[in-house]
Amino acid sequence: MTKIDAQGLYYRDLNQKIREAVAAGTTEIVLDNVNGQYFIGDGINRPVTIAINGVPGNDLAAFMNGATIVVNDNAQDNIGNTMNAGKVIVHGHAGDVLGYGMRGGRVHIRKDVGYRVGIHMKSYESNKPVLIAGGKAGDFFGEYMAGGVLILLDMFSDEPEKPKHGFRFGTGMHGGTIFVRGGVDETKLSREVGVFELTDEDRLELEGYLKEYCNDFGIDYTEVAKEEFVKVLPRSRRPYGNLYCPMPR
Amino acid sequence: MLYKSVTESFNEFIIDRNDATCIRCKVCVRQCAYEVHAYEATADALTEDNTLCIGCRRCSALCPTGAITIRSNEEVFKRNESWSNAHIRNLYAQADTGGILLAAMGNPAKYPIYWDHMLLDASQVTNPSIDPLREPMELRTYLGKKPHSIEVVRDEQTGKPKLATKLTPQIKMEYPFIFSAMSYGALNLNAHKAMAMAAKELGTLYNTGEGGLHRDLYQYGSNVMVQVASGRFGVSEAYLNAGVAIEIKVGQGAKPGIGGHLPGEKVNDQISETRMIPAGADAISPAPHHDIYSIEDLRQLIFALKEATNYTKPVSVKIAAVHHVAAIASGVARAGADIITIDGFRGGTGAAPQVIRDNVGIPMELALAAVDARLRDEGIRNQVSIVVGGGVRSSGDAIKAIALGADAINMGTSTLLALGCTLCQRCYTGKCPWGITTNTPYLAKRLNPELGAERLVNLVHAWGHEMKEILGGMGLNALESLRGNRYKLRALGLTEKDMNILGVMPAGE
Repeated sequence: MTKIDAQGLYYRDLNQKIREAVAAGTTEIVLDNVNGQYFIGDGINRPVTIAINGVPGNDLAAFMNGATIVVNDNAQDNIGNTMNAGKVIVHGHAGDVLGYGMRGGRVHIRKDVGYRVGIHMKSYESNKPVLIAGGKAGDFFGEYMAGGVLILLDMFSDEPEKPKHGFRFGTGMHGGTIFVRGGVDETKLSREVGVFELTDEDRLELEGYLKEYCNDFGIDYTEVAKEEFVKVLPRSRRPYGNLYCPMPR
Repeated sequence: MLYKSVTESFNEFIIDRNDATCIRCKVCVRQCAYEVHAYEATADALTEDNTLCIGCRRCSALCPTGAITIRSNEEVFKRNESWSNAHIRNLYAQADTGGILLAAMGNPAKYPIYWDHMLLDASQVTNPSIDPLREPMELRTYLGKKPHSIEVVRDEQTGKPKLATKLTPQIKMEYPFIFSAMSYGALNLNAHKAMAMAAKELGTLYNTGEGGLHRDLYQYGSNVMVQVASGRFGVSEAYLNAGVAIEIKVGQGAKPGIGGHLPGEKVNDQISETRMIPAGADAISPAPHHDIYSIEDLRQLIFALKEATNYTKPVSVKIAAVHHVAAIASGVARAGADIITIDGFRGGTGAAPQVIRDNVGIPMELALAAVDARLRDEGIRNQVSIVVGGGVRSSGDAIKAIALGADAINMGTSTLLALGCTLCQRCYTGKCPWGITTNTPYLAKRLNPELGAERLVNLVHAWGHEMKEILGGMGLNALESLRGNRYKLRALGLTEKDMNILGVMPAGE
């Protein structure tokens, strides 16, 4: 195990130390006193585990390919930007634009998430990204989503009076699935999506994701399963197919 | 009121077939991707449906007896200087469909072309010109951030001078030309192979565009610039490390403020694998990167990419030439980009709304001059290399761009032309008769990558020779001596304001 004290370290120096530790063959790294340093875990392509004590900065796990990051506090924006594989666990809340273009792996957030979460998420063959938020979500949840799974629980929030999710839910969505515990506010859905009941297959798939999530946070799965989930899907895989007309010949 | 579509009623092209020379070989039938030609066996005659013709000239070019001539339909609407035939026909099409007119390639509208109003200098009597055939002449170009100053120390062991300043990564190119970003998907693999092979042969770069890098092309990594756009297609840690540079695509000259959208029909198995999206799925790449709303955010993405590649690759940021391009470029430079790519309003595209393509953006000549001047004024010109594209049609245009301050030129439309494109502007149909912007195997095999690469190499060699001749004529022996040297340009027929922006004196002065 490698321990790094991030107190007062510039992000570039901190990430250099992490890269050096990974290159040296460490499988477990603990970062103490992290205070907003950007790009932690960026581009790491080995199955190391990085535990973060403190609040990491933006672009945590960007372009990451196979590592695991556990944040024992809150986290900020852009987690899992274009992440290929691996896992991020955040024990607090997280910010905007999570899982941008994410193509594989898991992002588990215990509490609330911000705007545009799950934007451009894609799945491809065996790669199927899953992002679970235990609290509430901001506007544009699942924007341009093309694949993968987004799950919103509305169970653990710092701001219980806030609505479960914001407006323009699923705008531009043309692939993938969003599961929401306890239903969605249909007045806030975008035109491109519809609400559906879960099939038995869905339930089985969802149970797998949720059990892993519960396991990460020490949550009782039966509590999560107490409420029904709904499924939000795009109405079309070609939302903008009829927008254009060719130039006349 | 018309009860047929505008195309059926007022078609643009007429096919003349000379029945006496036609040998009924049916090449035209097989070659036309738009099914214009047909063979009537009972009459032993070839017929044509003029309403389907897009004027690509594939049939006339391949007809073995030259029996086919494509001409424009002389039948016109009543002459009207305000309502051109094109305006009328476009309006009809929109009344038919309610759709946004979709166009391709660069802006074909009649706007001033500033290249045609600038002339180059040459040496006479007082300063000797140089003969590039017999004297060394250098076109070598380095892209990347240059230090404000350098420190040279004596190497203790060898006693020779050595550079003490640590340079950030530089890309060495033997020619100031890059095969411009045209995605795999918009173009097929044969076209990408041709560009990659040519870039390797020439010692220059090929830009992947936003559709990822096919696995067969990773071997060309040292001549590849990989692009990252808002849709993040095919972007992975391996992809970012595959090339020698990374480009963030913010904008494109053909459609500033508009994103990319590869229709699902064009996403076949190979493209699906490279873009890492399911086959048949739309590939939507909106104009905004939703993680970039400011210069600070841009800086964050630039450094996310640098961190992912351990600071070994220069990062380029591509923007469209728009009104405040100089201020934007200054922000981009300060955000930490190593290269700024500016795409003028004549830059091409596989698909764009026609109204955007023809009306948005500014000419690259003016944008380049403004950006170069602004960065010099601010003392940060050394922090970035400038790559320009969008409307360079010849080595003459290219060398004028260098004199206006460009470090290198993106070749987009010229690349396609070298591969056989006839500018029919129908790339978005996926039926390119020349096998370039199509993913249909029957059509794509018309483009032979080896021959394509050879033609691209020929073109760059030819332009290189011509540039050396021009440089020699000016008494310069390196392209570097001409960079930003606007004293070597003179304007003809431009306004005072134009000349101020271009930083060029009038001819005769």
